[in-house]
Amino acid sequence: MKYMLLIYASASEAPQYTPEERRAAVQTWLAFRTEAEAAGVLVSNGALQPVTAATTVRVRNGKTLITDGPFAETHEQLGGYFLFDCQDLDEAISWAAKIPGATYGSVEVRPVITYMQE
Amino acid sequence: MTMTTAAQIEATFREEHGRILAALISRLGDFTLAEDALQDALVNALERWQIDGVPRNPGAWLMTVAKRRAIDRLRRAVTLERKAAILDSLATQDEAEMDDSIPDERLKLMFTCCHPALALEAQVALTLHTLGGLSTQEVARAFLVPVPTMAQRLARARSKIRDAGIPYRVPPADLLPERLEALLAVIYLIFNEGYVATSGAATGGDTLTRHELCQEAIRLGRVLVALLPQSAEARGLLALMLLHDSRRETRLNAAGELVLLAEQDRSRWDQAKIHEGIAVLDEAIALYDPGPYQVQAAISALHAEAPAAAATDWRQIAALYGTLATMTPSVVVEVNRAVAAAMAWGAPAGLQMLLRLDTQAAGFYPYHAARADLLRRTNQREAAADAYERALALCGNSAERAYLQRRLDEMLNLAS
Repeated sequence: MKYMLLIYASASEAPQYTPEERRAAVQTWLAFRTEAEAAGVLVSNGALQPVTAATTVRVRNGKTLITDGPFAETHEQLGGYFLFDCQDLDEAISWAAKIPGATYGSVEVRPVITYMQE
Repeated sequence: MTMTTAAQIEATFREEHGRILAALISRLGDFTLAEDALQDALVNALERWQIDGVPRNPGAWLMTVAKRRAIDRLRRAVTLERKAAILDSLATQDEAEMDDSIPDERLKLMFTCCHPALALEAQVALTLHTLGGLSTQEVARAFLVPVPTMAQRLARARSKIRDAGIPYRVPPADLLPERLEALLAVIYLIFNEGYVATSGAATGGDTLTRHELCQEAIRLGRVLVALLPQSAEARGLLALMLLHDSRRETRLNAAGELVLLAEQDRSRWDQAKIHEGIAVLDEAIALYDPGPYQVQAAISALHAEAPAAAATDWRQIAALYGTLATMTPSVVVEVNRAVAAAMAWGAPAGLQMLLRLDTQAAGFYPYHAARADLLRRTNQREAAADAYERALALCGNSAERAYLQRRLDEMLNLAS
């Protein structure tokens, strides 16, 4: 089963790093990714630019509406994701708990819908 | 239909429900399909058994019929590959194998129902519904929520089990301790819901009264002990529930008001439950794996063993609360510890311990109730009256409110 692990954190929760700490933090993220890859569960992953770089698109009455940023002021921002292929929810939870961001933000575990052939 | 047959059918349903459902889920790999098929079989049984009587092996009968109904349901809905796969595997199984022993898979079902990814209220409802065999109406009545609300809660929980991929298994060793803790907590919550209940009293023959939740929790506790014989805490919880339940009849007076432990008629305590509770606790202790349920059961046992309130071994109880405080630190434990200390070494000693809790306990009515009682016993009537008032303002239980009000009136009369 595929699970999307969405990593959220608010600006106030995100740690303020010194340059050395930042290098160390990057290493822990890379180590996590390597571990997941070696375990054969990683499908894909990505880190996202902050919402200040976001653009929202809507199509209404055939017209494309483009706005800067997300509409609502969201407290917790989506900062990145891991798409995993796991045996069950327990396995997905165990991976979610190892994501470095889980120690200060939160990880939402969302099962991906599988459409079966008729 | 004679009453005995009706009662027999009802008892059989309750007894067999969890075991059959657990085995069916294993076989079908589909929680909802298993529940629906079993429901069909129960309806069928109700019709047939009224005429033919309860079969020799009712469990096997229900299992066989449920499996057939599952096949019927699948045939009607074979549009998805997965369902076709289940159907194939079922069709190749020999019907005869169902007729004898049904494998006991209830432990898997318990852990699935009590998975922490489900909301606690859903865990409780699902456990009672699937393992206890209580109908949606009965569970709704027991928790004083409208039937549609409960039906929705159960449906949502079932969908989450399927959609989120909650595994149907006994958790592996690394997860087992925390998952078992959650399971024990659900059973104890069911017990307490029935134990503290003073509302929603019996409404008639086959409906569940809230007190029956205590019996249901004890039954689940027994099943768990049988399935996990090496768990000291499972035994500790069963012992605790039995010992608490031994005092159920004396806990409230005829007017439905709370009767304090010291004022209860000990001759009416259920000695059979006390003996069993103590025996189960002894078995738990022999496993050398202490935990909070065993400590609480030990405290309850000391009360049960005291021939009179005055003969209670309060020093031992205070010491056990001290142990409990290190295992599960909480305001509740600290308040009880202080009350025990007051009994062991005098009201001032207990009062001193209580006053240290002040800020963290301010919103907790038993703290104010205990403080009020100790102030009363040290003749500080105005302060006691004030504390009773604060307790009353926070307490929602009508029986306990009646007790607090009675004490408050006493203080006000004496003070004036």
